[in-house]
Formats: sequence, structure tokens, C-alpha cells
Amino acid sequence: MTPIGPATIPRFARGMRLREDQARSRWVVVGPERLFVPDEIALEILRLMDGTRSVDAIVDDLASRFDAPREAIANDVLALLRDLATKGVVTS
Amino acid sequence: MTPQPPPPLGLLAELTHRCPLRCPYCSNPVELSRASAELDAATWGRVFREAAALGVLQLHLSGGEPAARRDLPEIVAHAAEAGLYSNLITSGVLLDAERLSALAAAGLDHVQLSVQDAEAQSADRIGGMQGGHARKLRFAEHVHAAGLPLTLNAVVHRQNLDRLPELIELALTLGAGRLEVAHVQYYGWALRNRDALLPSRAQLDAATEAVIQARAAHQGRLVIDYVVPDYHAKRPKACMGGWGRSFIAVSPAGRALPCHAAESLPGFDFPNVRDRSLADIWLHSEAFQRYRGTDWMPEPCRSCDRREQDWGGCRCQAFALTGDAANTDPACAHSPHHHLLDLAVQEAAVAGTDFIYREIKRPAVAEG
Ligand code: SF4
Ligand code: SF4
Repeated sequence: MTPIGPATIPRFARGMRLREDQARSRWVVVGPERLFVPDEIALEILRLMDGTRSVDAIVDDLASRFDAPREAIANDVLALLRDLATKGVVTS
Repeated sequence: MTPQPPPPLGLLAELTHRCPLRCPYCSNPVELSRASAELDAATWGRVFREAAALGVLQLHLSGGEPAARRDLPEIVAHAAEAGLYSNLITSGVLLDAERLSALAAAGLDHVQLSVQDAEAQSADRIGGMQGGHARKLRFAEHVHAAGLPLTLNAVVHRQNLDRLPELIELALTLGAGRLEVAHVQYYGWALRNRDALLPSRAQLDAATEAVIQARAAHQGRLVIDYVVPDYHAKRPKACMGGWGRSFIAVSPAGRALPCHAAESLPGFDFPNVRDRSLADIWLHSEAFQRYRGTDWMPEPCRSCDRREQDWGGCRCQAFALTGDAANTDPACAHSPHHHLLDLAVQEAAVAGTDFIYREIKRPAVAEG
């Protein structure tokens, strides 16, 4: 597997779905026997992951909306997506 | 007043007890339900909607073999309409490409295929079905063709644990994203076959090592779920995440259970989804309340600082080994019954390999 980089177009691995968990007022990623609860920032990132945007494009979008240096955002996004890739949630 | 329990996360729908296989460790109760007692698809649909409203996110469609039901596509469609994440737990021997694509079209999210071994002859002997393994391999191809994600589930024990590396290979070959290595749990049918199934410590250590290596080698490609089995553990597992805390099972005949094995516990009147709503059962039934939380606990659990982590372990195992479901799970080293597990391991080490296969009891004529 190639590691996730700025040009990668990340998407959810097969069988992983982001959905609202109304009973608990939160969003979750559901898969078989697994459940991930993203924090606010992770949720912003996952919502932008639509199978067409590259990592770079996701970072651009976040940088235009949040008051943080682009480089710091890029590091956070890459770290999160790489972590989720090793857990089988995200693929490229 | 007892505090409101958290909403349940998972629902296990046991659609039928019928199955062409006869695994000697099957988790179905020893008293199997007949087809005529099964809930119909519309009732399952109502149960799914009630479950979703209650907070359930994941639905496991299981059995027996769920595909033994002709109306499975309809049941899957109900699950999708209710917004549940649906996982089909199947032996794979009854579904051809056409039936599987009908399930995919109905909105199925995921398939979990069980195999009995990595080697066909042994797999067919364990499952008690000639040609079963070959059918499973074909089924895995259909899963791919249908574009569905696949988990391979391998139930392991003394007679196949040495082939765990081959089982991991098989998961990779079949393109599974996840491999669940599940040690047999000893109640029901498995308890009857314990002497033929319990692995040795040495086998277990080799298997654990194989898992560690494979996890590193296949990171990002294959997720391996694996837990050390109770008979070689010092602490029990939080069975079902704690009684009545996150999980509901519903039997083919509609009985709601805090754990799929709980039906064999005596002294319970398990509520039926035909008579009561799932919310009422979850919040108010005596059966779900009985071992919920920590108030019911005896010592040593009562004063133990792990009581809200493992919730005292498994009630069914406590009953199977000590005769009282309210005892501390003997898998815990603090249990006064813990030595029973070592004893069982020693006995199994010198026992044979013959199985008592699972079967649906025929109506019997009493012998004179
Ligand atoms: S464990 Fe075996 S016998 Fe039991 S339902 Fe599964 S495949 Fe059928
Ligand atoms: S004593 Fe009870 S709560 Fe403590 S570890 Fe053992 S089973 Fe768990």
C-alpha cells in the first residue's frame, strides 16, 4: 500500500460509513464490529473526504475556514488519515 | 431508582436455527427452534425500526444460517430502511451469485464468512458437511463480484489452531479486509465437545505469535481481531460489553436476550419481541435488569476496581462451570473456581478428537 501523501485522494475503505448517531448526538464511522468516534476536527476532515478531493484540496478547504497555519493543518490531516489507514478505515 | 442504561449499540438477529452445517461448537442453544416458530420478515422489520430508534447502529444477521430463509432479501431491505449497518454472518454454503447480488441490491453493507479450517478435508469434517469448504471459497468470489466488503471468521480450537498461519493466508487470498480469529467459547454445544476442542498452552502461544507477526506484515491490508481465550486467561472479558449495556440478541422465535447464549440460563423469563417493544424490554424487563451494572455482584467482584471494565465476565460461563450465573466468571484468577479451567485444559490434553455434532432434535418416542 502506498502511504497517504498530499496528492492522494483518500476515501473510506469498503464497508466503512460516516453517519449520524442521533441517539447519542454525535457522528460515527461504522464498520463491521467497529465504531470510531471522530472528534470535531477529525469530523471536519472526514466530511470533506468524498472520493474526489485530494488531501491537498481538503487542507485548502480547511485553511480557508479555520484560523490556523496551512502547514499545521496539513500535518494534522496527514497524521489522522495515515492513522485511519493503518486501522483499515481509510484507503487511497 | 436505578439509572437509565445507555442505549444499545448492536443487535444480533438470529433469523433461524436451521443450518446445513453441524459445527460441534455452534453457539446456538442445545434446544434448537423449528422453522414454524420463526418470526416473519415484517416483524423483523418492526424490531429493526425499534432498534434504530433506541440507538442501535449495527445489525448482525445471523443464525443458524440466515440464508436458510427464503425471505432474506426482504429482511435485509427492512434493515436498510431502518438505517442500520447490516452485517450478514454466514456459512456461505447456501448463497449463489444471484441470491447474493439480490442481498447487495437490498442494501446489505458487509459479509462475514465463517470457515472451519484452512484445509478442505479437515474443514469439512469439523463442519460436518462434505464439500462445504469448496463452496465457501466460491462464495467469497461472489462477495467480491457483488462489491461487498468481506470479513473472514475463523473459529479456532485444538484441531485447527496449528493452521492459523494458513488461515491468515486464506484471508489474504480471499481478499478479506478483516480476519476475526475467534476462540471457541465453552457453553452449549461447545461445552459438550470441550475435551475435543480445548487447545494447549503451547498451541496458543504459537498462535498469538503468528497473529503478532501477521498484523505487522499486513498492516493497512488486513485487520486481525484476536483475543486470548478464557481458559488461558487471568482476567475475564467484558462479555457483550456487560449484561444489558450495549447489546441485544433476538432468537429465531423472538426472545430478546442480553447475550445470544443466555437462553440456556435457568430461572429466566426472557421477554418476547412479539409481545413487547424493544425499548420496553431494554429499559424495563427484569431479564435485562438482573445482571446490569454492579449492584448484583458478589465478592470478589463487588470490591474489585475492574468491576466496571469487565462487569464480572460472562454469566453463561459462570453458570456452565459453577452452576450459578451470579458467580464471578471462573476465567478470573480471583474466582474461587478458577482452578476448574486448568483442570479442563489438563483433561483435554489427554482426550480424543471425536465430536458430538449439533443437530435439531427429532420428536422422540420415550424409551421404555
Ligand atoms: S456454527 Fe456452524 S452449525 Fe452453527 S450456525 Fe454457524 S455454520 Fe451453522
Ligand atoms: S474479580 Fe470480578 S471485577 Fe475483578 S477482575 Fe475478576 S471478574 Fe473482573
